[in-house]
Amino acid sequence: MQTSEGVADQIYFLPVQPYFVERVIEKERPDGILLAFGGQTALNCGVELYQSGVLQKYGVKVLGTPVQAIMDTEDRELFVEKLNEINVKTIKSEACATIEQARRAAENLGYPVILRAAYALGGLGSGFCDNEEELNKLAEKAFSFSPQVLVEKSLKGWKEIEYEVVRDRFDNCITVCNMENFDPLGIHTGESIVVAPSQTLSNSEYHKLRALSIKIVRHIGIVGECNVQYAFDPKSEDYRVIEVNARLSRSSALASKATGYPLAFVAAKLGMGYGLFELKNSVTKTTSAFFEPALDYVVCKIPRWDLSKFRGVDKELGSSMKSVGEVMAIGRNFEEAIQKGLRMIGQGMHGFVENKELKIDDIDAALREPTDKRVFIISKAMHKGYTIDQIHELTKIDKWFLEKLKHIIDIDESLKRCTSVNVLDKELLRTAKVYGFTDFQIARAVGLEQEMGNMHKASMVVRNLRKSYGILPVVKQIDTLAAEYPAQTNYLYLTYSGVASDVRFDNDRRSIVVLGSGAYRIGSSVEFDWCGVQALNTIRREGYRSVMINYNPETVSTDYDMCDRLYFDELTFERVMDIIDLETPHGVIVSTGGQIPNNLAMKLDEQHVPILGTSATDIDNAEDRAKFSSMLTRNGINQPEWSALTSMDKINEFIDRVGFPVLVRPSYVLSGAAMNVCSNREELERFLQLAANVSEDHPVVVSRFIEHAKEIEMDAVAKDGEILAYAISEHIEFAGVHSGDATIQFPPQKVYIETVRRIKRVSRQIAKELHISGPFNIQFMARDNDLLVIECNLRASRSFPFVSKVLKLNLIDLATRVMLGLPVEKPKKNLFDLDYVGIKASQFSFNRLQKADPVLGVDMASTGEVGCLGDDTNSALLTSMLSVGHRIPKKTVLLSTGGGKQKAEMLEAAKRLVKNGYELYATSGTSRFLNENGISNTTVYWPTDEGMQPKVLDVLRDKKIDMVVNIPKDLTPRELTNGYSIRRAAIDLNIPLITNTRLASAFITAFTTMRVEDIEIKAWSEYK
Amino acid sequence: MRNVTLVLQDGTKFHGKSFGYDAPVAGEVVFNTAMMGYPESLTDPSYAGQLVTLTFPLVGNYGVPPFTFTADGLPTFMESDHIHASAVIVSDYSEQYSHWNAHESLADWLKREHVPGITGIDTRELTKVLREHGVMMGQIIFDDEPNNIPQAQYEGVNFVDRVSCKDIIKYNEGAGKRVVLVDCGVKANIIRNLIERGLEVVRVPWNYDYTGMEFDGLFLGNGPGDPDLCQEAVNILRQQMNKSRKPICGICMGNQLMAKAGGANIYKLKYGHRSHNQPVRMVGTDKCYVTSQNHGYAVDASTLDKDWSELFVNMNDGSNEGVRHNTNPWFTSQFHPEACSGPVDTLFMFDLFVEKLTL
Repeated sequence: MQTSEGVADQIYFLPVQPYFVERVIEKERPDGILLAFGGQTALNCGVELYQSGVLQKYGVKVLGTPVQAIMDTEDRELFVEKLNEINVKTIKSEACATIEQARRAAENLGYPVILRAAYALGGLGSGFCDNEEELNKLAEKAFSFSPQVLVEKSLKGWKEIEYEVVRDRFDNCITVCNMENFDPLGIHTGESIVVAPSQTLSNSEYHKLRALSIKIVRHIGIVGECNVQYAFDPKSEDYRVIEVNARLSRSSALASKATGYPLAFVAAKLGMGYGLFELKNSVTKTTSAFFEPALDYVVCKIPRWDLSKFRGVDKELGSSMKSVGEVMAIGRNFEEAIQKGLRMIGQGMHGFVENKELKIDDIDAALREPTDKRVFIISKAMHKGYTIDQIHELTKIDKWFLEKLKHIIDIDESLKRCTSVNVLDKELLRTAKVYGFTDFQIARAVGLEQEMGNMHKASMVVRNLRKSYGILPVVKQIDTLAAEYPAQTNYLYLTYSGVASDVRFDNDRRSIVVLGSGAYRIGSSVEFDWCGVQALNTIRREGYRSVMINYNPETVSTDYDMCDRLYFDELTFERVMDIIDLETPHGVIVSTGGQIPNNLAMKLDEQHVPILGTSATDIDNAEDRAKFSSMLTRNGINQPEWSALTSMDKINEFIDRVGFPVLVRPSYVLSGAAMNVCSNREELERFLQLAANVSEDHPVVVSRFIEHAKEIEMDAVAKDGEILAYAISEHIEFAGVHSGDATIQFPPQKVYIETVRRIKRVSRQIAKELHISGPFNIQFMARDNDLLVIECNLRASRSFPFVSKVLKLNLIDLATRVMLGLPVEKPKKNLFDLDYVGIKASQFSFNRLQKADPVLGVDMASTGEVGCLGDDTNSALLTSMLSVGHRIPKKTVLLSTGGGKQKAEMLEAAKRLVKNGYELYATSGTSRFLNENGISNTTVYWPTDEGMQPKVLDVLRDKKIDMVVNIPKDLTPRELTNGYSIRRAAIDLNIPLITNTRLASAFITAFTTMRVEDIEIKAWSEYK
Repeated sequence: MRNVTLVLQDGTKFHGKSFGYDAPVAGEVVFNTAMMGYPESLTDPSYAGQLVTLTFPLVGNYGVPPFTFTADGLPTFMESDHIHASAVIVSDYSEQYSHWNAHESLADWLKREHVPGITGIDTRELTKVLREHGVMMGQIIFDDEPNNIPQAQYEGVNFVDRVSCKDIIKYNEGAGKRVVLVDCGVKANIIRNLIERGLEVVRVPWNYDYTGMEFDGLFLGNGPGDPDLCQEAVNILRQQMNKSRKPICGICMGNQLMAKAGGANIYKLKYGHRSHNQPVRMVGTDKCYVTSQNHGYAVDASTLDKDWSELFVNMNDGSNEGVRHNTNPWFTSQFHPEACSGPVDTLFMFDLFVEKLTL
């Protein structure tokens, strides 16, 4: 979003690293620089630039918090000293530079201890150790991220409380919001369920910590925004300061959304020298920005994990962050908020109760050792009769939260006592709605599911019943002042705990509802946020009222100034229908928010909701594999051999015929888990289990998968079945790497003209057949000139923002105009006219996912992406690889390159490396192959090669290797296990790792062809 | 829980359930936007005669601390020795509570002190009605006793006289500088703050003539209702000011009495300031403070005599937040520097007072 046109005067698609930032400074000669807005990456980069004198050299002034203050908070020792000066208690911790020191410190403090790597993002390399053995292991890893490791006494079981503090240069201070973690200390705040404001603190406790926050922030000298985290004793008013983040953080984003106070906006103004008293409250527009928001609702943040996507990953939550996204739910009571939130995380849960039964062998252990499922285990335990005291003993979660959860269980039990919907009385129904039950949960609880055999129909029965009772939600505003002053705010949520709505509905059919994309998760991230926002912009510009429904606090689409009305609420059928009933919109856009809105299309259509653009029936014709396939066949379009199968036996039968690898795709599932290549039986079974969790109504589609095929994407916009604009991009990796993980090149550089011609023809046919009006994406596989259609989505895809930005043609704007029925012209721009190349590379987070196998292919695994431009592929690729954290190796590269085919593929790259003076290390087989081809290398041995030296893991540990290329021969468990130790060691030791031959070759070619210094520092606008 | 209806003077009705003492009650309906601090608020004498609506929907979470007293007779955790609000109105009363210092639930406390509490009310909508219409009288009526209609008056009632102490109470005798504290309904934390700063406190009834007493400074405490009904206190204050330059500090009602003595007029705010987040600015400076407030009346600063200036101003609505004499050490705040409940950023007011005493 930040790299969208109009956001800044100049945008550089370059790595946020000291070298590149210095060169941009050199070129742009800015007066000032803001360090606090780009998270830890930007902060670290800024500190380095300050320390190396670059900022001084170019006369760049650091706006906002001074760098010294940042350093005082980042270096633990300085930090503790600083707070000692004002008698503020910190967690006793010792900074250690060696493992030996760490061991001694731990002994002094007494186990359990917590280890933290200094200057590390999201608790990277941090963790708890109960004994010396655990400490040795963790310390080794921590030291690979940071030269300084901190050993602290663990305060497990204490409450974790945060304050967001703002200070201006006149020393005026406010705390905008405080937050309380549902999970006690010990779980990273990014991994915790968090509520705002705090719920279990008395006035004296709240204000004690608040006053301390202000004292700290003044003493450190923050100008702008800052976050203070506390550990708080649940049995007294004792506290420890955990840390201070001298920058905007994940928590600040949450606090902004939780309160309606625009922290980043205010912090930027304060950085420029304004005083808080000079700024107005952005919501009321009349009152001062110097105030502390009063909430009259409670918000609940719940992290979204995708741990099941990773092979071998450790599912236990702890002090390092594994979640990939989060949701925020707003309610007028805690039960409502948390039930909403548990639905929002989008993992097939319907709230706190009435979910699919979890299979847990040892409930006590599962409560004691927190995992991503813990809150549901609490539900299970309560149903099984565990008392609040027992659960509190095991989890240390404050009893207040547990009592509230128990209240949900009690309501659920009352519902279950209704033997049929006919005996469900009005009061109970209203109570259930007030405490966050959906029609679905109620229908299931009263046994309607069994009675009707169709949950959707059963939910509709409850919906109609409650409507007949007049039990309807009301719309409330978030206005920062708890209704004390009139506010024109359009920041809204729905609740049943109320008798009147705060807003009026005009019924003029001038509003357009855009459905958002929900939580960031693997497979759906900021790309869809961009798409949603572009749609909102166009809608507004064209004179309609724009309405957004979304609940992800990290997004721009949930900034209340992005649209005319923001419903910060669920994207369930029920809630969307509630809003549509109230808004009576001109139309609803389901094609810019990814798979969640797409999946609602048919159900909304059944209720006669006007869906803009491609019709729901046509969406279904593309989503339903059988319908889509027969359409392709009818039109003579090739597709991989496939079959829709309903049992494991039938799947095996099919695979026996076509062989592995196969592409497996359950119909109608969440994006990301939607499509997978499985190379062996184990993988297949694991994936199907995962998919079955998501949807049972539709059969699984298995298709033959072609190896060594190119994968090509077509992103396009059509009107009434005719393509208006399109972008064809190619994957650098061969098909088999999930399209969300692949490195994508646009415009395509290595696709036959004939293939392009066929792609265009096939796409035109499909657009016409499906009467597409709006955005769509088709994925192709091509080998030689054979072209197969893998899938087609009648919605914007993940790559829309990337191709729009490279092409400098906003495809969503165009698509939205089409959907609004406005006149459109075919843009004159053609991708083949571009004189530059864009590369989209994926960002992986394996270093946070302990024990996960960092191999690509099976499921989508990346958690982010970058887009970089260059005058040629090498330059764009090099920039993008550096952006996602790769480094150009200095001297040594370890090759372990799988089977014969892969070894051969890597030969050219190996030669280049040697020619450019690199030293190669290779595992036994690869080493032999290199020797046979006359490439000198040092052999390293597998752990299993007894008596042979040197061992590969030792070489890695000794930091002798600058980059690892490890290619699994295939994805069989045996092969994966072999390479796993190398891959995991590389990740844990923070050595760049590539697991794909095509990408490795391309990267090696790039850095052996050009130096980093050769990368031109060109702004987006300079690519013409 | 019995069903109840809150009926406002303009006829608006809200339906809820009784969770406190089961008795109909009437009073002035006001709202407070603080997110915590109900034990302190309910025992704040300034809420006398009022049905207090808490806009934060979840109430009762941390129960109620024990009603113990310290050696000098002040409550350990409360602001006076009993609940002064006539009733409390909430959206979602939390029947279960959890806190290490909790002694009982809010419901049990209300029942013990015979104070009604109602829950299930759309307190946001109620607040909007009060905001648009201004505060008004309201009645809590039990649905099963529709003829049991409670009556009450707020305007014209001298609540200060009801809540003020009747006899002189001394704290910290012989400790040091002696301060006369005029009790219009003073909160315990004002007394605590004076004691903590080593002062001897002589707490006198609101209309007590202290001008003949021996003391070093005068402190005017907070209190409920309309300051125009406290003319007696203003007259005594004027006498004192004519007689001596001794330091005088005032809070809330104290600000209003001082301003009246300085010639200013008082008016009733449409819906008052009751919250923890009122921004005030020290006039003529860049210093801003987040303050705790609880008042329905305000000083019209434009009517102050020429010897007086405005000390603080509200950054939201421009209303007066404190006055000072141009030459004498007399200064006040409309907000509550003693907090309890609320932010403690303006405790320096007490330090300033001590500073003036020791000059």
